[in-house]
Amino acid sequence: MQATGWIQFVIYIVALTAITKPMGLYLMQVLDANGRTWFDPLLRPLERFTFRAMRVDPQKEHDWKQYTIAMLLFSLVGCLFTYAILRLQHLLPLNPQGFGALSPDLAFNTAVSFTTNTNWQAYSGETTMSYLSQMVGLVFHNFTSAAVGIAIAAALVRGIARQSVKTIGNFWVDMVRTSYYLLLPICGVFAVVLVSQGMIQNFKPYTKAKLIEPFKVSVEKKNDKGETIKGSDGKPVMEEQTVDEQTIPQGPMASQVAIKMLGTNGGGYVNANAAHPFENPTPLSNFLQMLSIFSIGSGLTYYLGQMVKNQRHGWTVWGVMMALFIGGVLLCWWAEAAGNPIHQKLGVAIADGNMEGKEVRFGIFNSALFATVTTDASCGAVNSMHDSFTALGGFVPLFNIQLGEIIFGGVGAGLYGMLVFVVLAVFIAGLMVGRTPEYLGKKIESYEVKMAMLALLILAIDILAFSAWASVSKWGLDGLNNNGPHGFGEMLYAYSSATGNNGSAFAGLTVNTPWYNTTLGIAMLVGRFLMIVPIMAIAGSLGRKKLAPASAGTFPVSGGTFSILLIGTVVLIGALNFLPVLTLGPVVEHFLMLQGKLF
Amino acid sequence: MKTFLSDLRGAVMATIVIAVVCCGIYPLLVYCVASCAFPEKANGSLIVAKDGTVRGSRLIGQGFAGEKYFHPRPSAAGNGYDGLSSGGSNLGPTSQTLNDAIKDRIDAYRKENGLKAGNAIPADAVTASASGLDPHISLRNAKLQTARVAKARRMAVEQVEKVILQYVEGPDLGVFGEPAVNVLTLNLALDSNVERQVAER
Repeated sequence: MQATGWIQFVIYIVALTAITKPMGLYLMQVLDANGRTWFDPLLRPLERFTFRAMRVDPQKEHDWKQYTIAMLLFSLVGCLFTYAILRLQHLLPLNPQGFGALSPDLAFNTAVSFTTNTNWQAYSGETTMSYLSQMVGLVFHNFTSAAVGIAIAAALVRGIARQSVKTIGNFWVDMVRTSYYLLLPICGVFAVVLVSQGMIQNFKPYTKAKLIEPFKVSVEKKNDKGETIKGSDGKPVMEEQTVDEQTIPQGPMASQVAIKMLGTNGGGYVNANAAHPFENPTPLSNFLQMLSIFSIGSGLTYYLGQMVKNQRHGWTVWGVMMALFIGGVLLCWWAEAAGNPIHQKLGVAIADGNMEGKEVRFGIFNSALFATVTTDASCGAVNSMHDSFTALGGFVPLFNIQLGEIIFGGVGAGLYGMLVFVVLAVFIAGLMVGRTPEYLGKKIESYEVKMAMLALLILAIDILAFSAWASVSKWGLDGLNNNGPHGFGEMLYAYSSATGNNGSAFAGLTVNTPWYNTTLGIAMLVGRFLMIVPIMAIAGSLGRKKLAPASAGTFPVSGGTFSILLIGTVVLIGALNFLPVLTLGPVVEHFLMLQGKLF
Repeated sequence: MKTFLSDLRGAVMATIVIAVVCCGIYPLLVYCVASCAFPEKANGSLIVAKDGTVRGSRLIGQGFAGEKYFHPRPSAAGNGYDGLSSGGSNLGPTSQTLNDAIKDRIDAYRKENGLKAGNAIPADAVTASASGLDPHISLRNAKLQTARVAKARRMAVEQVEKVILQYVEGPDLGVFGEPAVNVLTLNLALDSNVERQVAER
């Protein structure tokens, strides 16, 4: 853990802190149907046109059920839209490499994955997706699934802030305004900055480069039909081939990567995601990408404080997130910097840490920081391969996802997930002192607690049941790239990532099979929409309640006591749900690694 | 039912309008600005020879095995540095396969660079990168290869070291990331240096 890492860590924290308030204030304007921003002259006419085309009256608000139904319908239409594009890819334009249509199960998995803000990828972009599929089929959801998440968070915050009303805002207004006023302008600037670092943005066919030093490889000999020829001993016949070319992928990457990061989507343009030199060319582009992942989630805590007129509460929630974030980074960084004793025994320099699956330009620290950020949020972009992390280094991203990605979190999803824990923390505090729990003047009653528990149980059941099923099924085990506890970790990570709508992976697992595509697709749908419905119910219920004035017996939701209670609630619930299963995966793997056991 | 239909209509229209704005106008605008402001980078930072053939991208690593070249990191992308198969090995910390591969690479690295058995090997020299296309190696890795390259090229070690220093990239703004040697541009520079020396003679 070198000094250069500490300096970068401090810069990151300072930068994140500095953008929180401006982002929060801007969100106040974006999430108000009559809010004003700098972009009004340009975007107001576009917004009006959109509402006219949709025949939506922006001044008319929804109750929680209308809001939820509109959200579900919009997600369904978008999902079908992308499914159609992926299935018809071979007929559509902007496909210079001539890629064929996706199989039905892969198209289902991908459409669901992007609709739910997961961006789980069972394909590799550079050999599967045409420019149109990337730019329209996938980027559409990068914008809208982010906007939907922010809209849900805004609706929940309104439910908390308002009293004695049924309405919690208009879904269409929240979604459209977020896309136009928040995401578009930032992405426009961000994308150009990324190009300045070396990211590509073009519509050319892939480039063929003549290698400086051609090399020979031995490959399986194939006949005209593409089948492997086998010799008399039953083994494939090998032949030497000279490789003298490198194909360099091209395409409209920067515009996609900007929204992929800002909207905590995380779906890579190419297979290696943000580890690819085009998709993350320099340490500076890496820093900006990491900052953009947290920017909106961090700003939303300030928005919360403003809306409920208790900025200390907003900062307390922020502080809890920051504390959990710092803890995760330090553990992951320490584990990766310490490296793998098995490889060190072979002669790998101890000071270098664990470099398998990491890029030299980022080094240990930026890989560990990125891995923690991307899983604290529900982003899922990776600049290093989590599958090759040490046991404890890989434990951090996995556990972050299982906590529900509430540490700044996915845009919107992080805040509404954390508020579920806030409700529970307040409830537990109420039990301890023997009073009816109150949250910001609203009584927390059995209905809210039931809904909050429902949201958490869905998360745990979805992850555990699917992982258990895969680990006793042939289709599950066939996909493994590693043996021993690490192989189990691959499956556990996959269903945690899908349920949490993260999208990162222990990527050795072969998941482009009908079984994995379908089960992971279902896990993503459950993890997104069955979480949102109970949360919207809480929003509706809180909005109808009267505000009770604070009294001497009111439990304050800011300050040290509440922070500790909230951290305790988050960690305890996460640990109770998942420690047993983690023991079978990364925990036992850690001790086996120290003993030098190989699989 | 009526609200359902009007919601459905809203959903379809919203999908169309947002698709045009966010998936049509926005990427095209970025494309136009990027092509004007950073044409070389927007097109892949390509290295083009005098005769017009593309020899690679400054950002994308290539495989090198010859004595006179600096060697990049092991690559898990296809047969090595395959531009269409980016990705890592995804082998975990307790993988036998990874353990064996690292062992072989350490032996080979020591042998080709004339290092003693006790010498600790830079981690990046014997581990595969995340992308499989990592263009960089660490400074220490480059220095350990210098003697071999200098010998094969009949150059002085100090001369090669000087060239290396010109191809160190990062840390950005003095703080971000790690210093890293770009193998492809370094090797190209050494090649062109040789050509120039030959021409001068």
